[in-house]
Amino acid sequence: MNTTVVVLFLAIVIATLFITYYAAKRTQTTGDFYTAGGGLTGWQNGLAIAGDYLSAASFLGIAGAIALFGFDGFFYSIGFLIAYLVVMFLVAEPLRNLGKYTLADMINARFDAKKVRGMAAFSTITIVIFYMIAQLVGAGALIQLLFGIKYWIAVLIVGVMMTVYVLFGGMTATSWVQIVKAVLLMLGTVIIAFLVFAKFDFNLVKMFAEVKTATVHGADYLKPGLKYKVPLDTLSLMLALVLGTAGLPHILMRFFTVKDAKTARSSVVIATWIVGIFYILTMFLGFGAAAFVGYDAITTANAAGNMAAPLLAGVLGGDILMSFVSAVAFATILAVVAGLVLTGASAFAHDIYGQIIKKGKASDREQMLAARYASLFVSVFSILLALFAQTMNVAFLVSLAFCIAASANLPVILYTIYWKKFNTNGALIGMAAGLFSALILVVLSPNVFAPEPGQAIFVGTALFPLTNPAIISVPLGFLGGYLGTILSKEKADYRKYAEVSVRANTGYRE
Amino acid sequence: MKVESAYKGKTEQEWGSVEPLSARQATDFERIVSSPQYKEMLRRKKRFIVPMTIFFLAFYFMLPIMTSYSTVLNTPVYGDITWAWVFATAQFIVTWVLCVMYVKKSNAFDKDADEVIKLIERDGGSA
Repeated sequence: MNTTVVVLFLAIVIATLFITYYAAKRTQTTGDFYTAGGGLTGWQNGLAIAGDYLSAASFLGIAGAIALFGFDGFFYSIGFLIAYLVVMFLVAEPLRNLGKYTLADMINARFDAKKVRGMAAFSTITIVIFYMIAQLVGAGALIQLLFGIKYWIAVLIVGVMMTVYVLFGGMTATSWVQIVKAVLLMLGTVIIAFLVFAKFDFNLVKMFAEVKTATVHGADYLKPGLKYKVPLDTLSLMLALVLGTAGLPHILMRFFTVKDAKTARSSVVIATWIVGIFYILTMFLGFGAAAFVGYDAITTANAAGNMAAPLLAGVLGGDILMSFVSAVAFATILAVVAGLVLTGASAFAHDIYGQIIKKGKASDREQMLAARYASLFVSVFSILLALFAQTMNVAFLVSLAFCIAASANLPVILYTIYWKKFNTNGALIGMAAGLFSALILVVLSPNVFAPEPGQAIFVGTALFPLTNPAIISVPLGFLGGYLGTILSKEKADYRKYAEVSVRANTGYRE
Repeated sequence: MKVESAYKGKTEQEWGSVEPLSARQATDFERIVSSPQYKEMLRRKKRFIVPMTIFFLAFYFMLPIMTSYSTVLNTPVYGDITWAWVFATAQFIVTWVLCVMYVKKSNAFDKDADEVIKLIERDGGSA
């Protein structure tokens, strides 16, 4: 561990604690806790959404994937970006107009049914837990590498920090940590991409010509098919990526932090620009790492390629740039896991405790207390899981989270806003079909069963051939919602739909 | 029963205690939905959102379909840059162009929505 890393690391810890201290003073009510009082501007929320999105998996993972697999690594960038159009065109504004704190609130704007709320909360918690384990295990491994400390200490540091932000500063602290990190991450990425491009004399053709000979793959490096060889698996992954974002609860929750649909819209627009620029730059990061760090050095540091970006920073800008990038990666992890804790806590405290158990009659003090206990519970639970999951290959959990979001949440969100006949039964069956088909297919997939020991959790033959089940589970989610509706005797409440439609489209409130 | 649901979550103070609840009527959203202003707004929104969504999803899936089932995109465009990379970059450009178009269209949708809100407020309690 060198001094620069330690100094920057501490600077980030201190800065975020300051943010939390100020945020804590402004967190008085439940609304402040979950949604920062709905007072963020379009710019602030746009940066925070971009921040939620540019997780360590994006920054380190995609740069590494492009460095190792060339074109195929770029697929993730494209899927993640186009996903914003789905959010912008179909989901963000109606969601802001109908919801209060959680996804379940929005669905309940139409169906006042505890079963539906419970199911939505369950799906939220499942997604949050999977996403969180992936982030925490990745974080532990990364910090262990960066700072040379033990895995369990690394997980505990990240775990304690995220708990502190959420417990004391709620959404205000979480958002501001996210904003600060998004700015730092963009800065770091732009600097590295610029240095890489300078090394190629600012000449794209030269860059392509040089990376063509720089890797062990030779000319194949620039062609698709190096990583994704099964066509249906590629399509399935792309489907999960493009539809998942619009159903990810921690992204959806961000739309409740702004005052109205117009601000929600401007925040997606800002996030789209930032995320788009970032993902274009990942190409430079990946190419740079492939050319200047080299395949062997990248895979020696971390087999999945996660160290490509920090190593590249070291080659280009020496210890200082590498320390900066490492510190930013640390901040990235902290900010994303804090957002996840808050989302998980909102499902437990607001949906299950506040609305289902207390029937919406809990006092603000009780709700706030419940929110804090739930945050603590979600944090401790995920830290424990992350400690046990250290040796497991958990990289697939992120794409699984996207898959569940696309299969269980998105069909119901779309039906709730746009389908007149949709009813309670359809909502329940749609969510259950998407959620459980995704889970079961993953359990039977090559992620869990592999013929050779060490590749997956169990040794054996996978019953389901695809690593990502989206291509089956997304249609099942839509089909479940459709059949559940038309096959039930329950009559749709057209009056309620008229109200939901008017409110969703105009933002009308009394 | 339906009228009650519109009052959900409102305390009596918020609605004023001068009139009994039954004397006031909730906004008739079904009437708003069947009004020409509302229908026109939805029609305009749909005319933009539906084709554009189909377009960008089709454009998006074209890329993995073409890279998975054919090698056409491996043809060079300039130097070592192939159509695969051009198509991939085009995805970014499409996203930004649609983003800008959506913002412009939305300003018009907002005006339509304001018209509908005026309608609700004018007819609101007396529908």
